Amino acid sequence: MSEQMTGAKMIVEALKEQGVDTVFGYPGGAVLPIYDEIFQQNAIRHILVRHEQGAVHAAEGYARSTGKPGVVLVTSGPGATNAVTGLTDALMDSIPIVCLTGQVPTFMIGSDAFQEADTVGITRPCTKMNWLVKETDRLADTIHQAFHIATEGRPGPVLVDIPKDVQFATGQYTTKPKAKVSHYQPKVKGEIETITDLVHAMEKAERPVFYTGGGVINSGDKASTLLRELVEATGFPITSTLMGLGAYPASGDKWIGMLGMHGTYEANLAMHGCDLMINVGARFDDRITGRIADFSPNSRKAHIDIDPSSINKVIHADFPIIGDVGHVLEDILKVWKARGRKTNATGVQTWWTQIEAWKAVRCLNYTQEGKTIKPQYALERLEALTKHRKDRYICTEVGQHQMWAAQFLGFDNPNRWMTSGGLGTMGYGFPASVGVQVAHPEALVINVAGEASWLMNMQEMGTAVQYRLPVKQFILNNERLGMVRQWQELLHGERYSESWSEALPDFVKLAEAFGAKGILCSDPDDLDDAIMEMLNYEGPVIFDCLVEKHENCFPMIPSGKAHNEMLLGEAETQGVIGDAGGVLV
Amino acid sequence: MALNIEQGSTSHSAYDLRSHMSDAIETHTLAILVENEPGVLARVIGLFSGRGYNIESLTVAEVDHGGHRSRITIVTSGTPQVINQIKMQLGRMVPVHEVADLTVEGPFVSRELALIKVVAKGEHRVEALRIAEIFRCNVVDSTLESFVFELTGMPDKIDAFTELMRPLGEVKLARTGVAAIARGL
Repeated sequence: MSEQMTGAKMIVEALKEQGVDTVFGYPGGAVLPIYDEIFQQNAIRHILVRHEQGAVHAAEGYARSTGKPGVVLVTSGPGATNAVTGLTDALMDSIPIVCLTGQVPTFMIGSDAFQEADTVGITRPCTKMNWLVKETDRLADTIHQAFHIATEGRPGPVLVDIPKDVQFATGQYTTKPKAKVSHYQPKVKGEIETITDLVHAMEKAERPVFYTGGGVINSGDKASTLLRELVEATGFPITSTLMGLGAYPASGDKWIGMLGMHGTYEANLAMHGCDLMINVGARFDDRITGRIADFSPNSRKAHIDIDPSSINKVIHADFPIIGDVGHVLEDILKVWKARGRKTNATGVQTWWTQIEAWKAVRCLNYTQEGKTIKPQYALERLEALTKHRKDRYICTEVGQHQMWAAQFLGFDNPNRWMTSGGLGTMGYGFPASVGVQVAHPEALVINVAGEASWLMNMQEMGTAVQYRLPVKQFILNNERLGMVRQWQELLHGERYSESWSEALPDFVKLAEAFGAKGILCSDPDDLDDAIMEMLNYEGPVIFDCLVEKHENCFPMIPSGKAHNEMLLGEAETQGVIGDAGGVLV
Repeated sequence: MALNIEQGSTSHSAYDLRSHMSDAIETHTLAILVENEPGVLARVIGLFSGRGYNIESLTVAEVDHGGHRSRITIVTSGTPQVINQIKMQLGRMVPVHEVADLTVEGPFVSRELALIKVVAKGEHRVEALRIAEIFRCNVVDSTLESFVFELTGMPDKIDAFTELMRPLGEVKLARTGVAAIARGL
């Protein structure tokens, strides 16, 4: 199909050829020709969001829950600038997004035209790659390249800026097979010598630990399957970052919980005390490492990452392996099996005894008493009432509720957990849940939220109602910016500067105003019934769960501290963060 | 007794003697082959400013018209860990084809061109011309009260020359930045 057509038609054709079934967008002057083409076809479904930031987060939710790239279509100027937060979020969390933006006509670029912005300039640092297309003949080719770059290697957001005259003009369509072959072809196979060295170290290790991250999820289902096989075969304990939850099942017996600032006691002490750390697709983020100088001081570290710049960026890797997690795990298993499936069984057995002792501390303990719902209790009940659902997808906003959700909800499969890890974007969860529900219309999609985060993108309630998306907004309402409040308590002399909401909406009425259902629950005794009411309702629900207002999230590694300096509860919090730690975020 | 091996450049050793967490600041010359398309230079510079790396000198020009390739030569400084990060971060950029660290990869030639205007009269004017001959400058413009010298060489040679000119009169300087290429085959 090498034919002449308008730029606008090319865009739709190229999207179809790339297998796109859904576009999240918002129309405006500079994209009208594209919207006209969308109107005249049925292959691609357009979801009209209520704000361009919501479009990108929805596309992120779609991408993360399906493994396919998410597609966004917005107009020039404010349409593009509103998308910036979402693009940055996708860059930090390595989510493949193709964002198409309209631009003023080429002959008006630079004239401060109406709704003109330097979109490629503004988005350069927050995209993996971006293009301004000035010729219609190059449009289809650029879109094919965009999909290639968004999905190959370490995934990320890309942006194609398309002036309005390029959309109107006629040009030559380039089919996907005829598109220019990009030189961007990241290496997926790891070096077999280093892999063999790692297998040698695994055979001898007395205190090994797998530390896995979002790279396992991004690598695809096969990587998760191989990871499970390797963990079961070796019997090594496994922990994961926030982004990697679900790659290894939370119900698996080698699982020791999430690690990091609010990770479990056993996971963080295992990281601190191990003699061999096998990092699979994680990036030694500062939420994970704590104080670098004291990070896992006595271990040799393997680092598997498809992005060479992640290796040795923060932590020195003794076994640096550049490659795709799936391919590398396959090779590790192959070499390990060929060498006779050896491990240091007695050493690992003693290690597990130690880990069991740490587990016995029961670091996630809390007390539910009286007539106030503890947020942990609300999540424990939500887990109990939904974990049997094989089609459960969980999104979160950012803050205390996010950490509690990571601690108290268990994920047995990849792509079931959508959260903003790297950027920490309040307002991510609700639009993300919209995107997930669009991709999985029959599934149970729950957004665990705080009331403050949720308000940041609450306009997407309109989208949920319009498309009959039965997303469940489970709001843990403490009338506070909980995590900010917690830090002010621990670090700023309990001066709660601007961290509580003096005027909150009535969430039940708000739901009704949008044409959805609202449920209010404040009594622990009513909680189960209220959750069941939410689950049984066929449309979108806002669940306003009034919880304890001053609960802190533990365990916590205070900033500037090492893994073995973790706080387990309220009693230990006085004066724990020094001045040096105070400057860290 | 521990061997006293100077840490730093490895270009003359078969082994990497550098500590991976060394604090020593090294200066490296990087030659980066990039796609010649709009915005690539902005992306490279944005990387340096966004991640807080130093640029001591930067030059760029198209080197392969048919293949749409440009060569960016960057002189940068930092600890070995930072230099390594700079190379990795450049290498992962989509429009970057190749990153060569000339400082590590072997002997290389680097040159800079400068145009130096010296405004001086009388004895100072004569002295300026005399020094310019010692430095093998070309005189590319002359008035009764000024010269414009063209000087090619290593950056420190240009520094030395301009320092000598300053006492003689007003000095105006335009420098190209360093272009560099590996010696031999």
